[in-house]
This record gives sequence, structure tokens and C-alpha cells, in this order.
Amino acid sequence: MTSPAPALELIGLRKKFGAMEIIRGVNLAIPSGERHAVIGPNGAGKSTLFHLVSGRYRPSGGSIRLRGEDIAGKAPQLIYRRGLSRSFQVTNIFPRLSVWENVRCATLWSMGYKYSFWRNVERLADARRRTEEILAEINLLDRWRLPAGMLTYAEQRALEIGLAIAGNADILLLDEPTAGMSRAETERVVSLIRRVSEKRTLLMIEHDMGVVFDLADRISVLVYGEVIASDTPKRVKANAAVQQAYLGIEVA
Amino acid sequence: MSDIARPPLPGLPSGRAGGVLATYGVWIAAAVVLAVLPHVFASGLALTAMCLMGTMIIFALSYNMLLGQTGLLSFGQAVFFGLGGFLTVHAMNVAESGGVPLPLAVFPLFGGVAGLAFGVIFGAVSTRRAGTAFAMITLGVAELVSSSALILRHFFGGEEGVTTDRTGLVHLFGLTFGPQIQVYYLIAVWCFVSAAAMYALTCTPFGRICNAVRDNPERAGFIGYDTQTVRFISFSLSGLFAGIAGGLAAINFEIMNAAQLGLAQSGTVILMTYIGGVGDFVGPIIGAILVTYLQVALSDVTDVWQLYFGLLFIGMVIFVPDGIAGLLARQRPLLLARQLHRVAPFYALALVPGLAAITGLSMMIEMTNQLAVHVSDGPAMAFLYVPFDADAPLPWLVAATLLAAGTWLFLRAARAARHAYDEALAASRARGRGP
Amino acid sequence: MVEIVLISALDGVLYGMLLFLMASGLTVIFSMMGVLNFAHASFYMLGAFFGFQISRYLGFWAGLVAAPLLVGGLGTVVERYGLRKVHRHGHVAELLFTFGLAFVIEDLVEMVWGKLPVDYRVPPSLDFPAFTIFSGNYPAFKVFELLTAIAIFAALLLVVKRTRVGLIVQAALSHPDMVGMLGHNVDRIFMLVFGVGAGLAAVAGVIAGPALVTQSNMAGLLGPILFVVVVVGGLGSLSGAFLASLLIGLVQTFAVASNASLAGAFGDLVPSGWLQAYVGDIWNVTVAQVAPILPYLLLVLILIFRPRGLMGTRES
Repeated sequence: MTSPAPALELIGLRKKFGAMEIIRGVNLAIPSGERHAVIGPNGAGKSTLFHLVSGRYRPSGGSIRLRGEDIAGKAPQLIYRRGLSRSFQVTNIFPRLSVWENVRCATLWSMGYKYSFWRNVERLADARRRTEEILAEINLLDRWRLPAGMLTYAEQRALEIGLAIAGNADILLLDEPTAGMSRAETERVVSLIRRVSEKRTLLMIEHDMGVVFDLADRISVLVYGEVIASDTPKRVKANAAVQQAYLGIEVA
Repeated sequence: MSDIARPPLPGLPSGRAGGVLATYGVWIAAAVVLAVLPHVFASGLALTAMCLMGTMIIFALSYNMLLGQTGLLSFGQAVFFGLGGFLTVHAMNVAESGGVPLPLAVFPLFGGVAGLAFGVIFGAVSTRRAGTAFAMITLGVAELVSSSALILRHFFGGEEGVTTDRTGLVHLFGLTFGPQIQVYYLIAVWCFVSAAAMYALTCTPFGRICNAVRDNPERAGFIGYDTQTVRFISFSLSGLFAGIAGGLAAINFEIMNAAQLGLAQSGTVILMTYIGGVGDFVGPIIGAILVTYLQVALSDVTDVWQLYFGLLFIGMVIFVPDGIAGLLARQRPLLLARQLHRVAPFYALALVPGLAAITGLSMMIEMTNQLAVHVSDGPAMAFLYVPFDADAPLPWLVAATLLAAGTWLFLRAARAARHAYDEALAASRARGRGP
Repeated sequence: MVEIVLISALDGVLYGMLLFLMASGLTVIFSMMGVLNFAHASFYMLGAFFGFQISRYLGFWAGLVAAPLLVGGLGTVVERYGLRKVHRHGHVAELLFTFGLAFVIEDLVEMVWGKLPVDYRVPPSLDFPAFTIFSGNYPAFKVFELLTAIAIFAALLLVVKRTRVGLIVQAALSHPDMVGMLGHNVDRIFMLVFGVGAGLAAVAGVIAGPALVTQSNMAGLLGPILFVVVVVGGLGSLSGAFLASLLIGLVQTFAVASNASLAGAFGDLVPSGWLQAYVGDIWNVTVAQVAPILPYLLLVLILIFRPRGLMGTRES
């Protein structure tokens, strides 16, 4: 091999629901360390793509390679254990657990504690330190005691990202991390994403073009289940097909 | 964000234990209570009831490992209780006839091991699914075991069951376990140890992941956990403690029969756990004590006491889904902020019509019972020491009025109480933040 | 031999149809409301007892009409004032509510009618042999049961295929997560479906009561088998429930008619010490004796080899 395998590579990926084909042969290679954004109109299949990569859905065809290893159709936890972690577009946290416990649970596997039922969780200094760091990162340290279900929407979105980054996975999938956030909150999240994605591979879905052009090294445009362009932000902006299909409306 | 100061966050879990008293105070108090109880309630009846309560506390706590901690609704918990009991009885009989020098005190372990082993076997089948399907599978497996128990007559002893003699084993420190008080202390020690172990389990990484799976099984997969494995471990460990409880029941009664592993017994543990409250560790303890007490007390007063339990259970599911422990826990913030006085009158106001409605309902039940079951005794009966004829219209009118008016007033008062509670809670929160 | 096979097959189909009369209601309710109604078999029992009580005064036929209507009405009340209130506490609470209800109904029936079987008789107009197979008579009442069950299915099929409510039920079966978006009258449809489901179970009770034993434990005996049917068929699948009903009906009926045992097949057990008594229990038991546990064995086997059930598509 001359060049190392890409961190994440999709080859001819397909997903059908009944007769409807939502993902229609997606090819995408994301080299290690890249910040990659997927954009596209509503219903283009962006979230479905994430569900396929993270193991929530089983692909109907094609393959997904994580550092060269095929993971298509594997269970979410197996994909996670290979170093891929994700956040959800619709907040998907543990509502009755405290904010602290939410984040700590997300650190436990990567710290090697697995199903341990003979250790006192309060005495795990490394998990405690990591939890505190994450909470400081997502600015929820002062809410640690609250049940996660009682957080405000924006706080829950922050926790959602916290759960995704807590396990130190080196490939991060963020599904609309700034959806529904105010300007100030968005800015904070962008700087957080910038920080946590250093030395990691990032794949994100985002509607806010400001965020996309600010963060992404490369952008893929997904329209009706197909990638119609995958390039640097500048060239994507200039791409006529993209402008016609999508950006024309939003950026013009 | 760096300007957020780290240290001034009091109460952030430090990981360092406080003093012995702060950490273990509750447990020390519990041990003292367990030790003193038989001297406070010394009658034979009380002792018998307390032995039963101790057993049921372990059983209900084991059930809550599934329902409250992992979010698994099982209809077959008695299978492990019963099998643990049978294994203990057989182990005792073998030890007695074979002269194996084991003291009685260790025999609940046989029950625990049996519960664990069957938990592993049945768990492998039932934990493949979650949710409603899991519940139905546990029901199917429970029926499979209890029907098989009637076929395997030599092991399960058919309808009569299998008996044993707890005094026939080696007497360590002169303990014969003939007197009930010695059995009480045996149960108390096992109850304390089991409860402590189950509490400790909630404070482990596994225990917290169980909670995560309960809250959101799907997301648990995306933080690295296989929910089926979590369910399986939880199910097996729960079987272990249910088996210990079964072993203690076998020692207590010196008999085990197939009814102990049937659906009715599983229903009893669901009742206890749910009434006590599934959201709190102490909930099942409260439930086990209360329901056992009511079983003893009510079965003296009426022969349709099981009907009352069913109605109580339904009432709890509708009105107090987080159980007694949940109800108490909700008063905690008010108590801490000294706002309880704002709601207490409303509670009293709701209690009076509530009791009236209950009186009306139980009067109707007892009258029906008199007419249907005690036909030969005629319609003459007494309710709350008031004698009347069950087939006369007036008592029915009184009962119906009590029930209807009581319910109507109770619902209104409950609404007012809820309103007062919300206000008091808001007031306590405002106070908590302070200037 | 042929005679036994024929009669068992008929009985098996009949039992299967009765199971499906209940399992269909259970499945539709589960698909629409997400609740597996634990008290469904209790409605069946109430049907039998109401039918019995009415038949004493007005005859069997009045019971056949009135009992299902009464139970159906009771079902709508349970849905409206019980389930709907519990709904906001989640599915576990709903399931527990119906679980408690099953116990309460059993205790009530026990209180009113006692623990012993009641004398619910086949109506005289149907108390004659319908036809003779070789030397055995097949009672007309069983033929009537079978025809009633089939007639109800034909009627139900029409309702489901031709009416608006039927369309909604169909939609709920294929896309259960969409039920909430059906509009403001969804509450009334839930109530209706729950009532009709309870009424159907009661019909099964009225027509099975005289043929089987009408007793306060009949719900407790049948309920678990009903849940086996819906899980084996695949939760939420109507065709799966149909298959599983017939399968379990036939398996149990044929098992009851069989006297085979391991001892019969392989000869008596060779004495082997103290274990002999325990192994002997398994060795000498006849297929007829294990008939009651066969549905549960089937359940375990299905779960091992096909966890989603025969026709199931959903995980849970």
C-alpha cells in the first residue's frame, strides 16, 4: 500500500426502504484528520447516510470501510468500539440520568470498564476527570446534578455532542450539531467542534452554511441519495450543478 | 469558556468518601434496627411476619434490578425464587441424610447459585428481545417451568411439595434454628448482606449502564454497550438474589411447593415492587414491608383480600406511578425548603373523601361477597362494626353515595393539592437559588 | 387411527380459530396502541360467565348477542377511564395496568360465581351429533362454533377492507409509528378498537364456554397461551397470529390425543440408582401429559431460531 487507508470510505453504498431507494450508490473517501461536511436539501438522505455508517441501519448494498475494514451491517456498539462515535439530529440522551451520569456513562467503555460490576464507579478517578473535562468543554459543569431530561433544548444539544466526544473516538459523526441554536450558542459550539476535531476525523451534517464553510476542509453535496459534488468549500461554491441543485437558493 | 472557574462547584462528586458515618450511616442504622426489631415486636405473629418481610425485601429488590434499574418488565421472577427454594430444600435433605457438615446459615447460597444458574439459562433465551416481547417471553418461560413442575413430581413433589427439617443440620455455636427468633436473625443477616450487595451493584459501572439502557436502549449502543449483554447480566444477577430469597423462604417454612414459582407469586413481587416505587432503591423495601403487612392484616379481616390488592395495585398504577417512595421523594425538596406546611392541608383535604370512597367501595365488595359467597349465612352482616342486611337497598345507597361523592371530591381535592404542590415547589426553587 | 386424526384435525382447527378470535383483537390493539392487553383473556372469561348468566334467564342465543355487547362496552370503559389515563406513564405502566385488571377480574368472578365450574350447557337446539366419522360422533355445537368463528372473520375482513375505520386499522398494522398522526379522532378509534377486541374475545368465551369448562381460572389458563400465539406469530402481525393460532391449536389437540412416551418408544428405563426416580418422571410421561407445556416449548424454540416470530418484522 502506498497511501494509508482512508479513515472512512463508502463504496457504492445503497439503502432501500421497500421500493424507495434513499441512498443510491454513494462513494466517498475521507482521509484521516479531515473535517468533512455533508450538505444537501431536506430529504436528500443525509441522516440515513449517518445511520448506515454508524450501524443503526443495515445497508442494502455496497460497503463501508473504517480504516480499510468493512463494517457494513455491524451493530452500533461494534462500530463504536472500532473508534467511530456519533451524535444525533434529534436529541438522544438518557433523560432520567443526571447530566454528570450521562457523560460518565459515555466515557466508561473507552476507559475499559465495560460491564464491570465489582468496582465502585465513584472511585474511578480517570472517568471522573474525563467527565469533568467534557462537562467543562460543553459548558454544563454547573448543571451536573440535574436530570438530563430537565435541561433546556440548547443544553440538551450540547450534552448530545458531549456524549459523542466523551469516548475519545477518533472518527466523529455529528448530525446537525447547531440545529436550533442561537447565534452565540452556535459560535460556541463551532469553536468546541474545532477544538475536539483536532487530530480526529470529523464528518458532519450541517444546514448552517456559515458553519460549514468555516469548519470544513471538504464538502460533499448529497442530493436524492447521490453525491453530486465532493470538493473544497471554494470549489463546491463555484460548482454549477451544486448551485442549481441546492446552494443557489441558500447562498445567493 | 476558560473563565469558568473549576473549583467553586461545591458538591461535584469528589470520589473521596466522607467520614464512615456519612457513607455508611444509613447502613449502620439499618443493622441496628434489624437487630432491635424482634425485641420491640416480640409476639410470635410479629416475628413470623418479619421473617416473611425480610425474605420478600430481598425478592422485591432482586426484581427491581430488572424493572427499576434496567427497565425490564418480567412476569417470571418467581421462577428463580421457587427454583432457589427447591434446590435449597433438596440440598438440606441431602446434607441431612448424608451427614454433610454444613451449617444451615450457608444454605441460602444453594438457592442463590440455583437462581444464578437458571438465570443464565433462561436469560440466554429471554434477553434476546426487549420491551413487550421480553415481558411475554418471561411469562412463557414461567409457565413452562411451573407446568413442568407438575410433571417432574419427584423433584418438585407434585401438589404437596417437598418438605425439609431445618434443625437437622450441624449446629454451629449451638444454634439449632428451632426457635423462630434464630431464623429471624438468619434472615436478617442475609437480608442485610443481600440488600447491601444489590445497592453496591447500582454504584458500579455496570449498574449505571443498566440505568442508561433503561432510559434509552438505542443510545446505549452508540456509547459502546451491547444492550442484550446488559440485559443478560442484569437478568442473571437478579436470578441470583431471587434464589437467595427463595432459599430463605424454604428455610423459614421448611416446605417448598410448585405454587411458589407460579404466576401468582411473580404477581406478588411485581405488586410489592411497584407499590413501593421502582424509581428508588428503598421503594421495593417499603413495598415488601407494606404488602406483607397488609397480607397478614387483611386476610384476617376479609376473605377477598386479594381483590383489594388488585384494586390497590390498579389505583397505584393510575394515580401514583412512581410508588410510595416516589411520593415521598417528591416531598423532599419541600421539606428541605420548609414549604411542606403549604401543601399538608391539601393532602389532608384529599385524604378524607379518598377514605370515604374507599369505604364505599369496600362496603359494596363486602356486600356482594356476603350475597354471593356466604349465601348460606343469609344477608345479615356487619361492616366496620355496623350490622345490616346485605340485600337491603339502604346500605347499597349509602355505599354508592360514599363511593361516588368520595371519588368526585377526591379528584377535585387532588387537583387542588397538585396545584398547591406545584406552587410550593416553585417557591422552594426560588428560595434554593436565593439572592 | 384415521378417525382420531380426522377428529383431532377438526378439533385443532376449531381451537385454533377460537385462539385467533382473541389473538386478532390482541394484535390489532397492540399495533394501534402499543399495549399488549394482559386482560384480554379476562374478557374471554367474562364473555363465558355473562353468557352463562344470561342463558339461565333468556337462553343461550340471547347470551350470544348480549354478553359480547356488554363486555365490549366494558372494554370501552376500561380504555376510556383506565388505559388512557395510564398512557402518559408509559408502556410499562399500561401493561401493568392490564395485568392488575386481569387479577381483579379473576377475583371478582371468583367472588360472584365461586371457584367451581358453572353449569353452562350446550343449547338443546344444537345438542345432537352433526355427523359420524366411522364410529365417532362429531357434535353439532362444535360445527356451530367453527361456523361462527369463520362468519365473524368474513365480516371482520369486510369491515377492514371496506370501511374508513378499517383503513385506519390497516394503516396501523403496516405503520404502527404513524398512528399518532391520524388526526383528532384517534382517541375514539382506540376506544372502538379496544371495545370490539374485548367483544370478540367475549364471543369466543360464549361459544367456548359450554364446550369447555366455564370456571374462574379459565382466563389464567388461556391468557399465557394467547401471548405465546402473538409472540410466536410475530408481535403485530395478523397473518402471523393466524398461523400461530392454527399451529398451536393443532399441536395441542394432537398432543392430547397421543399416548406416546419415551418409555413406550424405547422400553422401560434400566434401573440406574437414585437418579431413576427423577429421570423416570421424564421417561414415562406421555405426550398427552406434556400437552399443556408444548406452546411454551414452541415459544422457546421459535425464539432461539427465529427471534422475530414467524411473520414478525419488528424487533420489539
